[in-house]
Amino acid sequence: MSDAANYRLSQLDTLEAESIFIFREVAAELERPVLLFSGGKDSIVMLRLAEKAFAPARIPFPVMHVDTGHNFPEVLEFRDKRVQELGVNLVVASVQEAIDRGLVHEQPDGSRNRLQTPVLLEALEENQFRAAFGGARRDEEKARAKERIYSFRDEFGQWEPKSQRPEVWNLFNGRVHPGENIRVFPLSNWTELDVWEYIARESLEVPSIYFAHRREVFDRDGMLYGVNEHCRPAPGQATFTESVRYRTVGDATLTAAVRSDADSVEKVIAETATSRLTERGATRGDDRFSEAAMEDRKREGYF
Amino acid sequence: MDILRIATAGSVDDGKSTLIGRMLLDTKTVFQDQLESVERASMQRGDDYVDLALLTDGLRAEREQGITIDVAYRYLATPRRKFIIADTPGHIQYTRNMVTGASTADLALILVDARKGLVEQSRRHAFLATMLQVPHLALCVNKMDLVDFSQEVYDRIVDEFEDFATRLNVRDLRVIPVSALHGDNMVSHSPRMPWYDGPTLLHHLENLYVASDRNFIDVRFPVQFVIRPKSLAHHDYRGYAGQIAGGVLKAGDEVMVLPSGLTSRIASVATADGPVEEAFAPMSVVVQLEDELDISRGDMICRVNNAPTVAQDLEALVCWMAEEPLEPGQKLAIKHTTRTARAVVKELRYRLDVNTLHRDESADRLGLNDIGRIKLRTTQPLLCDPYSRNRLTGAFILIDERTNRTVAAGMIAAAS
Repeated sequence: MSDAANYRLSQLDTLEAESIFIFREVAAELERPVLLFSGGKDSIVMLRLAEKAFAPARIPFPVMHVDTGHNFPEVLEFRDKRVQELGVNLVVASVQEAIDRGLVHEQPDGSRNRLQTPVLLEALEENQFRAAFGGARRDEEKARAKERIYSFRDEFGQWEPKSQRPEVWNLFNGRVHPGENIRVFPLSNWTELDVWEYIARESLEVPSIYFAHRREVFDRDGMLYGVNEHCRPAPGQATFTESVRYRTVGDATLTAAVRSDADSVEKVIAETATSRLTERGATRGDDRFSEAAMEDRKREGYF
Repeated sequence: MDILRIATAGSVDDGKSTLIGRMLLDTKTVFQDQLESVERASMQRGDDYVDLALLTDGLRAEREQGITIDVAYRYLATPRRKFIIADTPGHIQYTRNMVTGASTADLALILVDARKGLVEQSRRHAFLATMLQVPHLALCVNKMDLVDFSQEVYDRIVDEFEDFATRLNVRDLRVIPVSALHGDNMVSHSPRMPWYDGPTLLHHLENLYVASDRNFIDVRFPVQFVIRPKSLAHHDYRGYAGQIAGGVLKAGDEVMVLPSGLTSRIASVATADGPVEEAFAPMSVVVQLEDELDISRGDMICRVNNAPTVAQDLEALVCWMAEEPLEPGQKLAIKHTTRTARAVVKELRYRLDVNTLHRDESADRLGLNDIGRIKLRTTQPLLCDPYSRNRLTGAFILIDERTNRTVAAGMIAAAS
């Protein structure tokens, strides 16, 4: 007989089941979805969930990387290897190429974060993708906390927080008019800690920069930036070598490292559980421009 | 560790944001940078103390106007449980937002201000929570510090609420006196309310027994996606993917597929990690049958002697969520489980006044945030249960095909 006490799902199993449901729902109802893959930990988890949702069949949509050209080399290697394993198509939307053709212009500060938006929108339109899966989580940031799982965007890719579709039960409304598309966030209800616990449980490989390593860094506004071809200290500014790791992987000019000795998944989980800073607050220069930085970028059509 | 989904409701003045801010702070979920930014903002405004409400008020437009625009989701975890909190604003758009937040909730957390007692909004929130069949209700009597932690005040509110609750279908109620601002009875027992011997709020949330809330009796498996790899390794493979909405599935079970009524046996139930012995809600699985039947998305797998109603005529309670009113004769798209059809509104039986529970049978339309009972006729049969029996197979949304907007959330009362 059914004994309710035996039928309990752990938090990771519940989140996995919900994310898989979302992948299948979009694949069933929307034409030409695409999965946005950055090589970061969230998109790695997302790709794993997509794989599970359709197994033993192949993932029925391509993967797209909006490539700022400001990459950590470890991340690109990782991306190509994973795409090959899964046998999915990779679409690369290149910011460098968009600069060369004059679609966007290099910013005075050298950051290409904001330039991703027009490049992403153009690639969605060119390929007629109706839905783009993104790895954003609601625990990341205040504006994200209010975004639906299906985030409806108008023809300019803009998010309008006041007119979101109500999302009730598991009844998602994915209807779009021609020219419109939606962003879908299957990891909406996951936290940074859930993501790391899932990486551990599934033995997922993640780029080595997520783990503690010695790196030449310099201090800018209290954040530690790694010295690389895209990111250099101001003239005369001292650099030093520290044991650091990255909590997020974004544009190499904007993403800061944190001091850490966590050189394994288990240690990263322990560190995340006791961290007193949000991952964006600790590492993302781009969210520091203003209190409402993310809200503004989302309105422009950002991820 | 499992997940508890909570929907909070209350108006701006009840101290709801402060209560959530306090929970985030006391469970050490608030991060240093968030706290610093809130302290900075409080200081700039010249507040006397750190306004914990700023931890949850997210968008600039909201901070400027001091209101909450939309449902915000918060996450906190203790060693025992992970909590997902759908924080819904109490003002104008209340119905739409509360339905969104509470439709999947295990527990509704309702706040009242101890000084004011039950107000219209508290009754409305309690009604909506029970209408959505949220299994557990917790009433926090907040701002106890402002009534000198008086047991008399607390008892009066409890009596008043219990009296009101008898008119609703409340399955489990817990009332807790707190001061969110000062942390009384939030995590540890308040020495200032020795007369209260119930659990603290966090203890209650951590220990609430929810496993028996789900339906493990009626097998309901809406087919979401048919998996056909068309690869050499899986040449004849055909699997039905979906999320279980009720009951327990296992290999060997005799099943029926609706609407065709054809029967077969389950050959295997699996996840991507391999076959499972038993599967239950809310697992996402792939089911293979022994016979090759013609099954597609929108079909439902159930047991031969326990099936949902195959119906085109529905009677349902709906929350209308669009600016343009609902009127009889209107044609809309309906999404129910994984099945989509068209529907026509045959009749508006009554509009419900959520404050008095009065049924206005003379109503000829439903406006934004109105609740009413309607009759629908669908173009295709739906495979439905009463909402009171299953919150997933008893629910639907209505979509305006012109604007593509979700205009109503519906709960099936009867079907034929």
